[in-house]
Amino acid sequence: MIRDKDRILNLILISPSILAVLIFIYAFIGWSIRVSLSKWKGLTPDYTWNGLNNFTELFADPRFAVDVRNTLIFTGVFVAGSLLLGFFLAVMLDQGLRGEGFFRSLFLFPMAISYIVTGVVWRWLMNPAMGTRLSGLNLLFSYIGLDSLASAWHTTPRWGMAAIALAAIWQMSGYTMALYLAGLRAIPQELKEAAQIDGASELQIYRHIMLPLLAPVTLSALIILGHMSLKVFDLIVAIAGKQLELDVPAIYMWQATFDGLFYGRGAAIGILLLISVAALIIPYIRFTLKTEAQQ
Amino acid sequence: MNKKLFALLSTLILASLALAACGGGGAATQAPAAGGGKVEVFSWWTGGGEAAGLEAMIKVFNEKYPDVEFINAAVAGGAGTNARAVLATRLQAGDPPDSWQGHAGQELIGTYVAGGQIEPLNELYEAEGWLAVMPETLIPLISQDGNIYSVPVNIHRANVLWYNPGILEANGVEVPSTMDEWFAAMDTLKAAGVQPLALGEQWTKLHLLETVLLGTLGADAYNGLWDGSTDWGSAEVKTAIDNFAKVLTYANTDSASLSWQDAAQLVVNGDAAFNVMGDWAAGYFIELGKTANTDYGWAPTPGSVGVFQFLSDSFVLAVGAPDPEAATSWLKIAGSKEGQEAFNPVKGSICARTDCDKTLFGEYLQSAMADWSSNKVVGSLTHGVVANDSWKTEIDTALGLFVSDGNVDTFQTALVAACTSSGPCK
Repeated sequence: MIRDKDRILNLILISPSILAVLIFIYAFIGWSIRVSLSKWKGLTPDYTWNGLNNFTELFADPRFAVDVRNTLIFTGVFVAGSLLLGFFLAVMLDQGLRGEGFFRSLFLFPMAISYIVTGVVWRWLMNPAMGTRLSGLNLLFSYIGLDSLASAWHTTPRWGMAAIALAAIWQMSGYTMALYLAGLRAIPQELKEAAQIDGASELQIYRHIMLPLLAPVTLSALIILGHMSLKVFDLIVAIAGKQLELDVPAIYMWQATFDGLFYGRGAAIGILLLISVAALIIPYIRFTLKTEAQQ
Repeated sequence: MNKKLFALLSTLILASLALAACGGGGAATQAPAAGGGKVEVFSWWTGGGEAAGLEAMIKVFNEKYPDVEFINAAVAGGAGTNARAVLATRLQAGDPPDSWQGHAGQELIGTYVAGGQIEPLNELYEAEGWLAVMPETLIPLISQDGNIYSVPVNIHRANVLWYNPGILEANGVEVPSTMDEWFAAMDTLKAAGVQPLALGEQWTKLHLLETVLLGTLGADAYNGLWDGSTDWGSAEVKTAIDNFAKVLTYANTDSASLSWQDAAQLVVNGDAAFNVMGDWAAGYFIELGKTANTDYGWAPTPGSVGVFQFLSDSFVLAVGAPDPEAATSWLKIAGSKEGQEAFNPVKGSICARTDCDKTLFGEYLQSAMADWSSNKVVGSLTHGVVANDSWKTEIDTALGLFVSDGNVDTFQTALVAACTSSGPCK
């Protein structure tokens, strides 16, 4: 039972954070929405009403179509790759091998690096130069006689985005491994033993017992990776600079706003990004809160 | 008891935070000390000859104005891509630096003057006698309605074709002076197994496009593109785009992953025959220890012989500059003979002033000085002279889409649309 006096004190103590969140998050979202509905172009603010024109123009904009396509490719490859590799690593580590702690840290470390650093390293690894100027991974392939593996990486027409996703998988699969490992360890040993007594094979145990029990973990990982890939910006810029072939909404937002001074269009892209991330996150948060309340 | 202590502590912390905030506000509004003052100058000169040149000019400034503190607010990033975003944010917030770097031309007029962010400098020009020493072609580009808005410090040339003399000689190829000669030369080189053209990331493609437009259309029609008198939808522009598409077929396949330095280096290392880049490449070649006319040669880009496609860095005075007096002192140095002679030989550009001492400059720059005073002068697109930022960004987007889908008609339609939405076309 909380006393009234405590209630007031609690309110006073959290009010600065509430105020800060209201101003610096919600007020700015509101302001961005207002800008996205305006004709603002150039350095001087111009709040002339423009209705939804910025949005309809974006949907007809061939560059935005490229952005959406690139985001879908990146999200697909990155999320699927990280989940599969992360699960595989977690299952391997769960076999009780020696030096588990060492490998766990090894796989987790890339996560501690910023996307910029990852980008700079992979920019070099995925150098697409051919002929006498081979370097990075292509040079390695040529040393070990696997010349056919040499790739144009992120400069591959249309599918270059998948190469960028490789770098992101390298960085984030350790994180999904940690999530899955925790999930695997939380499954009671008795369930596995019971299945073994019933004559289930190792594969059947994973398919019918472990995977269903890991569903909440998969969902969490999916949401976290998914919203990261919608917002990806720094990794692409670090690997490839600002090339239209590897354009995503966040880069278009930057260029429209700061290079082209199309503030209305930039804000509209920002709002679309916000909506797509919210569409992913809000149902998840509601679901999590509901399950927690039930427990 | 503990709770009371906690409440007391929280109150104290909140109160001290509030006091600190007030203290900060008080300090910011404090007037600069008499006789001293400081000037914050914003640029994107952070590396190589650019930074060294700026340092040399700051040294001259410190000798002349020892009481004024110089704050170098440079932000890294080629061609100012990152710096301009930082600047735009500061201008939005009403927190301008005293003076900043801007390309002479529409980047200045169409962006900062249109936004009411910079002060006219006519009085300074009269007091310093700059009208007599600055080139006549330059003044209209930094003026609007009779007001002059910036102080140019240097001139660069954009339409330079760099080549590897050894490769050309070995394959019996002459330096091309027209588009057709260029294509013939590159066909010969390609057949001989030589990489004909070195190309880099997207902005270097925009740079190449503007030189092909100039080389195909000629100086007058090229100028007409920017004032609306040349139709972007015309057959001539279509020919230029076809030429550009053809030029791209001679380029290296990994262009998207190369910076301009990487691409230029391919020529001096003997990995490619030609490269189109501004004359800052000469400074880079010297930095690499290469020799003019042996490791690298230069010519105007094909079709632009006798034309000097230029760009110029200039400095402005902010509206609401924190210290306008110190800022004016800085501009005096930036426009002075002494300041420009200290800056340009190091940066690898020629003086905006016409009275600089020629003997201070290297072989390439002396030839550029001769061309600057004798050639027909046109402005660069990529480097902010002929189009405002919005227009340039729209052209850049259309170019990016063209590079990935190769559709000439869509490209031309997009260029027409860009001129209508952000340029002078109706």
